[in-house]
Amino acid sequence: MKSMLSAISNALCRVTGRKVAGTVVASRSYADFTPRVTFDIKKCDLHGLEVGPPLKAELTRAQGLEYYRTMQTVRRMELKADQLYKQKIIRGFCHLYDGQEACAAGIEAAINLSDHLITAYRAHGYTFTRGVSVKEIMAELTGRKGGVAKGKGGSMHMYAPHFYGGNGIVGAQVPLGAGVALACRYQGNDQICVSLYGDGAANQGQIFETFNMAALWKLPCIFVCENNKYGMGTSVERASASTDYYKRGDFIPGIRVDGMDVLCVREATKFAADHCRSGKGPILMELQTYRYHGHSMSDPGVSYRTREEIQEVRSRSDPIFMLKERMLSNNMASVDEFKEMDTAIRQEVEEAAQFAMSDLEPPLEDLCNHIFANNPPLDVRGTNQWSTLKSIS
Amino acid sequence: MATSLKCFLRAGKNVVSVLRPRGFHSSAPAAVQVTVRDALNQAMDEELERDERVYLLGEEVAQYDGAYKVSRGLWKKYGDKRIVDTPISEMGFTGIAVGSAMAGLRPICEFMTFNFSMQAIDQVINSAAKTYYMSAGLQTVPIVFRGPNGSSAGVAAQHSQCFAAWYAHCPGLKVVSPWNAEDARGLLKAAIRDDNPVVFLENELMYGVAFEMSEESQSKDFTIPIGKAKIERQGNHVTLVSHSRCVGHCLDAAAVLAKEGIECEVINLRSIRPMDVESIETSVMKTNHLVTVEGGWPQFGVGSEICAKIMEGPAFNYLDAPVTRVTGVDIPMPYAKILEDNSVPQIKDIIFSIKKTLNV
Repeated sequence: MKSMLSAISNALCRVTGRKVAGTVVASRSYADFTPRVTFDIKKCDLHGLEVGPPLKAELTRAQGLEYYRTMQTVRRMELKADQLYKQKIIRGFCHLYDGQEACAAGIEAAINLSDHLITAYRAHGYTFTRGVSVKEIMAELTGRKGGVAKGKGGSMHMYAPHFYGGNGIVGAQVPLGAGVALACRYQGNDQICVSLYGDGAANQGQIFETFNMAALWKLPCIFVCENNKYGMGTSVERASASTDYYKRGDFIPGIRVDGMDVLCVREATKFAADHCRSGKGPILMELQTYRYHGHSMSDPGVSYRTREEIQEVRSRSDPIFMLKERMLSNNMASVDEFKEMDTAIRQEVEEAAQFAMSDLEPPLEDLCNHIFANNPPLDVRGTNQWSTLKSIS
Repeated sequence: MATSLKCFLRAGKNVVSVLRPRGFHSSAPAAVQVTVRDALNQAMDEELERDERVYLLGEEVAQYDGAYKVSRGLWKKYGDKRIVDTPISEMGFTGIAVGSAMAGLRPICEFMTFNFSMQAIDQVINSAAKTYYMSAGLQTVPIVFRGPNGSSAGVAAQHSQCFAAWYAHCPGLKVVSPWNAEDARGLLKAAIRDDNPVVFLENELMYGVAFEMSEESQSKDFTIPIGKAKIERQGNHVTLVSHSRCVGHCLDAAAVLAKEGIECEVINLRSIRPMDVESIETSVMKTNHLVTVEGGWPQFGVGSEICAKIMEGPAFNYLDAPVTRVTGVDIPMPYAKILEDNSVPQIKDIIFSIKKTLNV
């Protein structure tokens, strides 16, 4: 690399008659790296569709670095949450997303921030991709007032503009997402809603009720089944008569996507978004993915699957590793660049964790607030009749 | 006269002013007779017109004009976008309604009866009621859940349950229970304009009952504050507290007892949550006796809550007798008329309970 640089530098000096070594060194990244590469991606299985997403995806250097940054940040954030949970600084439910990063990163790459998204409880990744900082996410996990929901929501109840959580009741978010899509169509704003659920939730009756209404009313909704092969401790074979989740929409067209490949997810989501925006109604995407952690921090995750299986996925299909390899082997970035990014991300996550551990808990005065919106203050009964607490909007 | 006046009302102020002869005292038509059904219909019509984000969805609300004809004429006027017929999918369409409220619309979600809301109750409680709190104020859910509640006539156990206590139990919800046409109109408008989830409990047997509506209550901006009760009848000897259809029974009982020299003060709760305890306390401090009357079951009910609240407050020391609750019988609703009649509070039961409380 260095010898090539000096060769270029010398050549340029000869051509221009000026010393341009400095310039060449400064712009080394642009001169040296491949700016864009077109990759082959896995073909998606189709249901009710003649044509599916393209078989090739173009990745620019900038995009690659951005997707890497997003996925690595989510990865490190989730691993830090694991640590804090084991130290009992995070309590209650904590459902970690590591392994599934390509889904969140790929979807966000294909939609706009003005579109809408709703998911279930494994939501930290989406909370980040929808615009909430690592700091506010971690502080919410530790229940501090600097958390995105001021510490009142916790892991499963984080919100942002056009991001409707974080939902604790399995499957309930799917009709909510279709409702958001109804609002988009009603308001005529050309926006869509991505409504996510897991392989476990896929058997919920309300999801089929939602499919029916979404198709009937042609709601601009992308239903996404993140199939990570296990609904808590129950494998898909033991839970579903049909594990072809992309076909479960019946009259709704579906695609089955490699959820470990961020480019595959992106292209499929772009395809799905176009479908919705063109007024064709809803579409279903099954993302085949995997979670390294158990269902939640209370689940070691090895009683219903083997450690070998987890290791196999890590070594063969890790989404972050796959992207990095793609970029390195096509000379789109340098090893040092990735190292620098990793260091910066670790730093960011560490600082966020420090904040999350040191920030104050919400004040007791906040206990009864936020019961009603745009309401005059009201009294709330405390634990006994002499305890009257104040609630403001 | 009443019908033509109603037509004028619906057509709008302009028609009325054109026809108003010069030199006459300029006021809109004075008191008119309006059924609860029509009051609800007019309230929705006016709110749909006032705010384009408002829309109605539910089973048979559009082309059928509403299972109980409460939404008659609205689909013809506003079309498919604003008045939406849903398939029989309570959990699904309630979730869709709540989601649309989160994204900026103001849905009116109709349950054909509140019995069916049980299938969707998760969406009402977990998705609607709790969200503003869980999000620490980031996410509002301006939605109205409405429909007939409580007992009807001959519809048996699965179609006769009162859900006032169930919904009023939950923080984050407002729960209102209108009795007459004025209540229906004012509370529904207030509910639709409220930025929070409101459970609006109607009563099927009241839909066809006509009440006189004051001039003021016919105004397009007439709303009744949620959380305030109304004294329907003044009295000195005993306080009767009730909601929905039973308010009428209380007034009938009061009329009978007045002939015997017992003057009842009848309070129409209007709102179950938040409940206007102060009005009850003020009344009890005057009458020293309290009888609650409701159609729902006794255990853990509205009356139970009133008893507890009175005991905890200043009015307790003014009671000359324990509070009495008159409720529906603690059984699933039977079908046979004689059994059904004896499953709900009748006027004679209210009178009996009042006399027991007064020890006369």
